[in-house]
Amino acid sequence: MSLKEKFIFNFIEQDRWKYLWEGLGATLKVTFFALVVGVIIGVVIAIIRSTYDKNGKDMKGFSKIILSILNAICRVYLTVIRGTPVVVQLMIMYYVVMVSSTNKILVATLAFGMNSGAYVAEIFRSGIMSIDNGQFEAGRSLGFNYVQTMQYIIIPQAFKNVLPTLANEFIVLLKETSVSGYVALHDLTKGGDIIRSRTYDAFMPLIGVAIIYLAMVMFFTYLVSILERRLRNSER
Amino acid sequence: MNANETLIKVEGLQKYYNGGEIKALDGINTEIKKGEVVVVIGPSGSGKSTFLRCLNLLEVPTGGSIFFEDTDITDDKTDINIHRQKMGMVFQHFNLFPHMTILKNMTIAPMKLLKKSEAEATEKAMQLLRRVGLEDRANAYPSQLSGGQKQRIAIVRALCMEPEVMLFDEPTSALDPEMVGEVLEVMKQLAHDNMTMVVVTHEMGFAKEVGTRVMFMADGKQVEEGSPNEIFDHPKSDRLQQFLAKVI
Repeated sequence: MSLKEKFIFNFIEQDRWKYLWEGLGATLKVTFFALVVGVIIGVVIAIIRSTYDKNGKDMKGFSKIILSILNAICRVYLTVIRGTPVVVQLMIMYYVVMVSSTNKILVATLAFGMNSGAYVAEIFRSGIMSIDNGQFEAGRSLGFNYVQTMQYIIIPQAFKNVLPTLANEFIVLLKETSVSGYVALHDLTKGGDIIRSRTYDAFMPLIGVAIIYLAMVMFFTYLVSILERRLRNSER
Repeated sequence: MNANETLIKVEGLQKYYNGGEIKALDGINTEIKKGEVVVVIGPSGSGKSTFLRCLNLLEVPTGGSIFFEDTDITDDKTDINIHRQKMGMVFQHFNLFPHMTILKNMTIAPMKLLKKSEAEATEKAMQLLRRVGLEDRANAYPSQLSGGQKQRIAIVRALCMEPEVMLFDEPTSALDPEMVGEVLEVMKQLAHDNMTMVVVTHEMGFAKEVGTRVMFMADGKQVEEGSPNEIFDHPKSDRLQQFLAKVI
């Protein structure tokens, strides 16, 4: 068979391209929502950890105990999540934690979101710690409380600083979701797999899937570079 | 409030580091009256910046009390954020918010904290910008300004909160020499308008000309205190005489 015939056989015949199309939809859904979950978890952990790093020593009494406990929980979370493979976490989520759920998109979103959250947390923490303490003091001296200072002054600057790294995390996440097939979620990779099982041809479906991932990553990388350029222009 | 009323009263203020090993402040007592310009001078490491930063609790004192308008702000039950709104602070390194325009730098606190409308806050900010001759920079970002301009903006940003007292922490120390004058000019104007000010500075000329009272600190203690005339022309203690011999 020529390449053209292979292409027609694998993708056009019996509308097999639909497997990829549906899988792509699932991949994008999981990636997007996992990113949202990851950023929320990440910001919360980053704020707790940086607050502890900066002010933990000076605090006293009840609030210090609460903060110490929260910080310890966050550290355990980071250690466990970063110390185990994402495939294992995904399967634990599907077969153990949410065994009664039939919504695989939801399961995958939570698993990848929790995983990504651990990495996003460290990205954000480094962003917060990189902001000069004078910014914090300026905010407090105007009368903003701790949370307001974080909200209006520190986080917006930290966010700007970590945006390129965060975008990179998004790209990593997009590719990581390719293991969703382990819980029989029909994502892009699984879509290619299904075609392979029908046509007994490995080359065309796998290369096709790889090209689609590559195209998406290149597109996002392009968007990130535009974003970076715009951020730099507004600053100096 | 009467002109002679005490605005800030400091009693036995202490700030220790390393469990008392380093005594940055060792029992400071003073009263700052409304309309006074108190200039704090002293060698580096004397605790003058620490003293100033304790006044709005950016540094938490180890011991002693600070009363602001008769409220003990060192008490854990006092909401310091309310009192900080009435104490403007200007830093050595300006600390403008780089992600906001000049106008936004000045209006964010009045809008969020004093619940002013955007129009109201903007009007006040523009009025202050005109006073320091920077109204044309309202929509610029801090990185586009010179050091002197940044510090003038920092001063009017604090003024937007309509504070009772302004604290200056070495406001001209990070500036190129030719920019010191423009910042001191704004501060003189402020003093002239009867703003209560506490100024930590190395500018002895400013202390002499504008200060109503000069406080000389060394090794965490207030060594001598008096009118500029007393301090600069008739210094009593050896420590102050040595210091003045070096700086003037």
